[in-house]
Amino acid sequence: MTRPPRPPSAARRRLAGSALTAALALALTACFGSSQGGAKDNPNADVTITFWHGWSAPSEVKAIQSTIDAFEAKYPNIHVKAVGNITDDKINQALRAGGPSAPDVVSSFTTDNVGEFCTSHAFVDLTPFLDRSGIDPKTTFPGPQLAYTQYNGDQCALPLLSDAYGLYYNKDMFQAAGITSPPKTMSELDADAVKLTKISGDSYSQLGFVPDYHFYESTITHFAAQWSPTYFSSDGTSNVANDSAISSAMQWQKSLVDKLGGYSRLDKFRTSAGEEFSNNNAFMTGQVAMMIDGEWRAGMIDDSTSKVNYGVAPFPVPDDMADQYGKGYITGTIVGIASTSQKQNAAWEFVKFLTTDTDAVVNFANAIHNVPSTTAALASPNVSQDPNFQEFIKIASNPNSNTTPASPNGGDYQLVLQNLGYDYQSGKQTDLQSGLDGAAKQIDTDIAQAQ
Amino acid sequence: MAVGVRPGRTRNPGLRSRRRREWLSTLAFLSPWLLGTGLFFVYPLVTTAWLSFTKYDGFVSPTWDGLDNWTFVFHDYPFFWPAMRNTLWFVVVLVSLRIVAGLVLGLMVVHVKHGNSVLRTVFYAPFLAPPVAGTLAFVFLLNPGTGPVNTILGHLGVSAPNWFNDPSWSKPALTLLALWGVGDLMVIFMAALLDVPQELYEAASLDGAGAISRFRHITLPHLRPILVFAVVTGVIATMQYYTEPIVAGQVASGQIAGSGNQFEPGYPNGSTLTLPQLVYNLGFQRFDIGAACVIAMVLFVLSMAFAAFLMRRGHGFLAGED
Repeated sequence: MTRPPRPPSAARRRLAGSALTAALALALTACFGSSQGGAKDNPNADVTITFWHGWSAPSEVKAIQSTIDAFEAKYPNIHVKAVGNITDDKINQALRAGGPSAPDVVSSFTTDNVGEFCTSHAFVDLTPFLDRSGIDPKTTFPGPQLAYTQYNGDQCALPLLSDAYGLYYNKDMFQAAGITSPPKTMSELDADAVKLTKISGDSYSQLGFVPDYHFYESTITHFAAQWSPTYFSSDGTSNVANDSAISSAMQWQKSLVDKLGGYSRLDKFRTSAGEEFSNNNAFMTGQVAMMIDGEWRAGMIDDSTSKVNYGVAPFPVPDDMADQYGKGYITGTIVGIASTSQKQNAAWEFVKFLTTDTDAVVNFANAIHNVPSTTAALASPNVSQDPNFQEFIKIASNPNSNTTPASPNGGDYQLVLQNLGYDYQSGKQTDLQSGLDGAAKQIDTDIAQAQ
Repeated sequence: MAVGVRPGRTRNPGLRSRRRREWLSTLAFLSPWLLGTGLFFVYPLVTTAWLSFTKYDGFVSPTWDGLDNWTFVFHDYPFFWPAMRNTLWFVVVLVSLRIVAGLVLGLMVVHVKHGNSVLRTVFYAPFLAPPVAGTLAFVFLLNPGTGPVNTILGHLGVSAPNWFNDPSWSKPALTLLALWGVGDLMVIFMAALLDVPQELYEAASLDGAGAISRFRHITLPHLRPILVFAVVTGVIATMQYYTEPIVAGQVASGQIAGSGNQFEPGYPNGSTLTLPQLVYNLGFQRFDIGAACVIAMVLFVLSMAFAAFLMRRGHGFLAGED
């Protein structure tokens, strides 16, 4: 037997080089993985899927477990392993890493990452699953919920309960000030806020409303929803410099800041206010008469030691849009299927149950004081009939309610606007239109970088 | 030149074989280091450099993108230059003050006659506190409305600053936090100070040298390698300054990020934004690993440049001859 001739040294080096390159390429490919999942699994097989969610409070965990139990009773072949208290950063890493420990179904409390999940294909497009199940998303989910769970036609997530924003007001303070009903327009809000404000030294002993963008939920996007802004043009470029809704919202906020004593005084109050999600929340301690917040606050107040006598109403609208009173900012929890999941058909059965089964949605919403996220569940008589909660049901059902749309780089455009808002409220930026022009340019640049 | 035996090379097969064995045994001894350095330094470094020229979101394989990420970071990314300025501020001010404070405390505990073990414990203990816990404590202590520091200053009639809520005071507040945890440097300086031969001080005293002269001409030259070490490691650590500024900024802002509510980077007004925060935000939250790698490379080059400059100027970690 003869050994094959050895290649000459130059050829050998080339061969070694090629092998090394191939090995490196293979190693790198292995490291980076693939985003392609496969929906070839048998949904009727006995299977266990992993579900990551962010709920951590015992009552919330109990509520989601009840929903899972109801699902497993209906689909005995599919078992759900729930993992709670998961943050968005953990989700991002797990979706990239994949592997047997990675989740099949993922829920997130923020809608801002949906654009990233869609464009990166970290979540699978659910359109084929919806079609196969005969679910028409446009009739199943309200408009805002659909807007924040898809990007460019890629329905990569579905809404799993919603949050609606309204006005909380202190009834005792209103009565003491002789105010008989919550404000319906921005002019009325301004007047009431001034009337309810008591200046003390360089701060306040009582504040009617805190428009400071750093204060709790007083953000530009939450306020601007009352002007129904269009953040992006049809070609995907930023519209913030062209849409008067944004500039009007910013001008209203700045004028109210000035009416209440100026930015420095308000910010001094803000930095000494208690934490938002604690019993020291300034509204719950009676320091602030009105604030914008979501439906969860009512549950928190009721569960706390706070004695505040509060009422709930839709957040006021601009004077020239008085006929749209009743609308508000909508957001919520989203849920999707990881593209790395090898059990996507089973995962879909679970997602379908979580997001479209009316009883499941209503029961879960009632249990954790969130707003249901389907049209049918919103109209269900089984939804909590608590008067305060029903105000939020009405806001969520209002056809003029709106949300912040998904973007390929998440909430980056909101951050740009937010930073402009900080500069404008403090007087650092005086030319608003120039600031909005710059913001629009920055948003477009950031999106181009992300694509 | 005639074809034949090349100058300097031997045809002795025995010698070649021995040299080959020596080379292989050298390689074998070096292999753990080579493996570790290659796996944990060269490979990540080369990959980071390569990824900085690619479009990569962590989900699909990277694609070549030329200089786009570099152009974006240096020209179009509004947070890069403020973060660079803040990082350099911390490198200059925080590192310098930490070294001065560490040296002063080291001198103090060496020269105090009674209770120096208690002092050593008191000054070293804060260094053991977890960074998040220490930062939370400082944000609480320096809260402009309810914090005890401002309350006391108010009683004394002093107009107290807004600390972590004021762009002009946020970096000094973080510096105070860093000085509170200077126990690591104190211990290193203390050990070096105890190592200085006492007879040199005695001889200098006999020659009429005062305390300042003794410190300048005896203590400092002996401390030089320790000072270089402290500066180099301090600069590298400050280039990676992440936990304290991001925790202080987020807690002081009182914001809870959620839909329609983004964390303000480097609250307040970008004053606590550092380059590592941008690496994390871009790479792990914005799915823009290419741009994150650009900033990582900038940090690497700056750290290397600082270290090389300081090592050359400070004659490395060896004691001076003077």
